[in-house]
Amino acid sequence: MIDKTVPDVEAAVAGIHDGATVMIGGFGRAGQPVELIDALIAHGASELTIVNNNAGNGDTGLAALLAAGRVRKIICSFPRQHDSWVFDDLYRAGRIELELVPQGNLAERIRAAGAGVGAFFSPTGVGTQLAEGKETRVINGRTYVLEYPITADVALISALKADRWGNLVFRETARNFGPVMATAADRTIVQVDEIVPLGALDPETLVTPGIFVERVVAVGERAWLRDGVFVGGVDIEGAVQ
Amino acid sequence: MSRISRDELAARIAADIPEGSYVNLGIGAPTLVANYMPADQEIILHTENGMLGMGAAPAEGEIDPDLINAGKQPVTAQPGAAYFHHADSFAMMRGGHLDVCVLGAFQVAQNGDLANWSTGAPGAIPAIGGAMDLAIGARNVYVMTDLLAKTGESKLVASCTYPLTGVGCVTRVYTDHAVFDVTPGGFAVREAFGQNTAASLSELTGLTLIDATSEEN
Repeated sequence: MIDKTVPDVEAAVAGIHDGATVMIGGFGRAGQPVELIDALIAHGASELTIVNNNAGNGDTGLAALLAAGRVRKIICSFPRQHDSWVFDDLYRAGRIELELVPQGNLAERIRAAGAGVGAFFSPTGVGTQLAEGKETRVINGRTYVLEYPITADVALISALKADRWGNLVFRETARNFGPVMATAADRTIVQVDEIVPLGALDPETLVTPGIFVERVVAVGERAWLRDGVFVGGVDIEGAVQ
Repeated sequence: MSRISRDELAARIAADIPEGSYVNLGIGAPTLVANYMPADQEIILHTENGMLGMGAAPAEGEIDPDLINAGKQPVTAQPGAAYFHHADSFAMMRGGHLDVCVLGAFQVAQNGDLANWSTGAPGAIPAIGGAMDLAIGARNVYVMTDLLAKTGESKLVASCTYPLTGVGCVTRVYTDHAVFDVTPGGFAVREAFGQNTAASLSELTGLTLIDATSEEN
């Protein structure tokens, strides 16, 4: 019997080593696997390279991981936000390395890693600072820049539901990087609101097949849902009003 | 009167977007364009974090933290909306599937180069997001901006001095003074607002401009 479920977030993040490259899903706060990140902080792994669209919001989740001094380098597209003060201070103090990647190249480099593509030519960034030093090629009269995959030891992502085979469905725009990151990491660890029985997810509409997933852990229903139905009553940060 | 308001400009841009278009509105002022899209027309808004069919902001108490736009503001989903992951979302841009994007700008050069992500100031924290993908991906790249920076310099320039977002990518520039097309011969004044003329705009920008105001739109 295949059972990818683990009992708690501590078991979910077990084995993440110092120096690991960790993809973390989410776009801002939407889809950010906060419970798994908190468990990673408690777990203690350090010298991490993080791959995320942003570089943390406020003082929780990814920002807390940065504040704990566990991150050596971050690969992202949009670190500077109104609430990215943790990253901003670390960056200005020279205590974190930044690799800035256009958002679509970031997504496609992750997709390429998961799809076994050795590299790809992208039109994005051609002629800009972010393509400096990179190989270019003219194909059918258009210039492209060579971009390499981004692989990871671990992906931490958040989904709505999973079954014990690791099949996943997401919710709204919280899906964002989850499905592509799931394909690109050696070990994909997923937190979900609920683990449902095998067969309960419609094979026509489930988003990520379990082949891309190694561990799933249930963390309870998000505050703005009740038995799967949207009830609202929260702010944009998910805090109950 | 030589300038129109930001809302008037948003309405002017919306008037140029035909029904059936797939449109991405950049963060900031371009999001105003959505307010002026006719309610009786179906124009599908794309938000790069993963949705087509984006709707207006939610009612009070109906904020859904899972349903946000690229500016991380709460939004709603229209009937017929679709969610997708980031690689698909950027395939829509890079693959040329979007009809229009509307972006802000620090500078636009007369060859269509766009600079809108960094002023290159020392110590500034860089952030690019999806701007480079949008700039090279959409079929029509519209820029929405004031003609003059707060410090008075023209944002339309002979060549960009700020770091580039995309090369030769802008098709049209909507400013508070006039609408400019990017043409092989440089900027063409498509429409001048109020008392502006091609000659007065040429003086403001310091550029040789083509007067296309009498041509059919």
